[in-house]
Amino acid sequence: MAPRPGPLVRQYLAALRLLLVLSVITGVVYPLAVTGIAQAAFTHSADGSLISVDGRKVASSRLGQNFDLPLQKGRTTPSPDPKWFQPRPSAGGYDPLASGASNLGPNNGVLIDSVGQRRAAVAAFDGVAPRTVPVDALTASGSGLDPDISPAYAREQVARVARARGLAPAAVRRLVDSHVQGRALGFLGEPHVNVVRLNRALSTMR
Amino acid sequence: MNDTLGGWLEILALVVVVALSFRPLGDYLAHVLTSPRHWRVERLVYRAGGMDPDADQRWTGYLRAVLAFSLISVLFLYGFLRLQNHLLLALGTPRMKASQAFDTAASFVTNTNWQSYAGESALGYFVQMTGLAVQNFLSAAVGIAVVAALIRGFTRTRTERVGNFWVDLTRVVLRVLLPMAFVFAIVLVAAGVVQNLHGVQDVPALAGGHQSITGGPVASQEAIKELGTNGGGFYNANSAHPFENPTAFTNLIEIYLLLVISFSLPRTFGVMAGDRRQSYAIVAVMVLIWAASVALITANELHSVSSTAGHDAGGMMEGKEQRFGIWASALFAASTTLTSTGAVNSAHDSYTPGGGGMTIFNMMLGEIAPGGTGSGLYGILVLAVVTVFVAGLMVGRTPEYLGKKLRSREMKFASLYILTTPAVVLIGTGIAMALPGERAAMLNTGPHGFSEVLYAFTSAANNNGSAFAGLSVNTTWYNTVLGLAMLLGRFLPMIFVLALAGSLAAQQPVPVTAGTLPTHRPQFVGLLTAVVLIVVGLTYFPALALGPLAEGLH
Repeated sequence: MAPRPGPLVRQYLAALRLLLVLSVITGVVYPLAVTGIAQAAFTHSADGSLISVDGRKVASSRLGQNFDLPLQKGRTTPSPDPKWFQPRPSAGGYDPLASGASNLGPNNGVLIDSVGQRRAAVAAFDGVAPRTVPVDALTASGSGLDPDISPAYAREQVARVARARGLAPAAVRRLVDSHVQGRALGFLGEPHVNVVRLNRALSTMR
Repeated sequence: MNDTLGGWLEILALVVVVALSFRPLGDYLAHVLTSPRHWRVERLVYRAGGMDPDADQRWTGYLRAVLAFSLISVLFLYGFLRLQNHLLLALGTPRMKASQAFDTAASFVTNTNWQSYAGESALGYFVQMTGLAVQNFLSAAVGIAVVAALIRGFTRTRTERVGNFWVDLTRVVLRVLLPMAFVFAIVLVAAGVVQNLHGVQDVPALAGGHQSITGGPVASQEAIKELGTNGGGFYNANSAHPFENPTAFTNLIEIYLLLVISFSLPRTFGVMAGDRRQSYAIVAVMVLIWAASVALITANELHSVSSTAGHDAGGMMEGKEQRFGIWASALFAASTTLTSTGAVNSAHDSYTPGGGGMTIFNMMLGEIAPGGTGSGLYGILVLAVVTVFVAGLMVGRTPEYLGKKLRSREMKFASLYILTTPAVVLIGTGIAMALPGERAAMLNTGPHGFSEVLYAFTSAANNNGSAFAGLSVNTTWYNTVLGLAMLLGRFLPMIFVLALAGSLAAQQPVPVTAGTLPTHRPQFVGLLTAVVLIVVGLTYFPALALGPLAEGLH
């Protein structure tokens, strides 16, 4: 007969058994129950709020995307495509496998320089005065996947997008206005325009 | 509606929902921690573990159970992380290296949730659900169990028994955390958080090229991550990630969840102590500090104080999400650093020197306003003990709190509690700054780089888990040393708290007299707040002067 384990060993075995039981309850039953209900009742949001064009999934309306021209030979960064509304700068290039922020400090020289360069580049691209470029166009988001821009930045881009697509500016402007989302419940957060949804709607305009 | 009105209404809404939860949740927790009846499912759990649920433990037995359970948890999670690439739903993620697995296991078991890995690329779904999220429940419950033992130290007389750890742990998980997390996980999914087992889907992007859409059982983890003041994100960007926190509405829910238990526990204390007025004094101190912190961070961010980049850009939006803006980001930042949660909805590293400095200061307060689940209340009760002692010295009388005398034995445990975390923070930061390789891990230079290192050790030792994330911490040195800092910062204070509980429980209470300091009046609220600020201020001022203060004044 094997010797009875001492009280210390018994306590550790008890702890291990309790851990395993609670792991099954909170780590298997709970998440799978939530998944089951989520998939049954809220399939669209549980699956990532995917949006389609012609029946093909092309994006999640929750995650921003790049709207760039194809990368030219000899360049390291692609240029923004004037036919699309542009999102905010991203520290991770809108790659959901590399979410995150720049983490540059408030007085970091690299950040200060980037802000200046972005201001000049965006102003030239959209044909506006540099001082009017809104802050969200000059700063990278926390997630690197921010799908939203401010209504001001969206309106700034109307003329350029309309020109590049040969559309009437008033029609593009109406499209932007219909995509402005107010504060959640009327008072939470900031008004914003979802660039992915806006661009998808834009892609179907004639 | 403008930003300012919206911001104030958001704070007001948060205060209202937390205040409405204070009584029912506090009373329910007190019931859970005192009821003599066991649920049938709980009896099955105790039978599986081989525990006698009706045998109360001495403080030493209670402590041994806490340590045994936590050690087993660290070893189990370490093994899980090391083997995760061979398990279900690994999605091709690699095996975690040894130092990082130690760091992560220590981090989740200590309720810290410091992360030197990026969830979307480093971990599969099985280890996130069944390894990490399990500890989100268990570490939160351990904190509440320990404070229950301390409260019993005040309420019980002439006994050595402070409760049964296994019962406290199991009940908090099954009766409180699990049902609340379940309900709020469903609410979060309905509001846009993802919950699936799909893995990564490659889609052709709108403008050409491809995008990898990530998935995962996120909502179930998000709910307990906030509710248990854990803070470990499913994805690297944490609650800034649109799949974890898709709207300003989910943002408010997440802030509510990370505050609600810790703000309600003083009520539990008042009910168990049979004197509800005591709970108002404690919660008043918590609210005062929280409100001041929210105000200071918000003001610094709104006005881009001492930030050249913010001034040039026309606002402090670097590292912040458009849907939240400055108000909702600052509210989250203050709440997450005052609760030991450490989830972030914006990059603290890019905050103004004053705003970012406040997030460090919040953690330095020892996570007591309102602090982590359980750990916040035991932290502030130890400071209340110190306050009563200081007041007693002023009038030359033996101090007593809730009828229990505070003698040299009790004060030794309280003092050791207060000294432990600062020692870990300051020694750790000092060593890191003395090593050239570890200094080189900073992303930013000068005082801001120092703040990154100071933030890391403050966050680890106080079991917060947020970061000035520019620091490259996935090195053997940082993984090992920060892992140790988390373990020391969690379990040494718990030893002193339980020793204090045992010492108090053994006492015969003394009657209240005209000379007893009342601990439910505004006078005590003021005294306790002053003690909190002075203790922290004197301890950390030199370190803060080298980091955020130097940057702010530059």
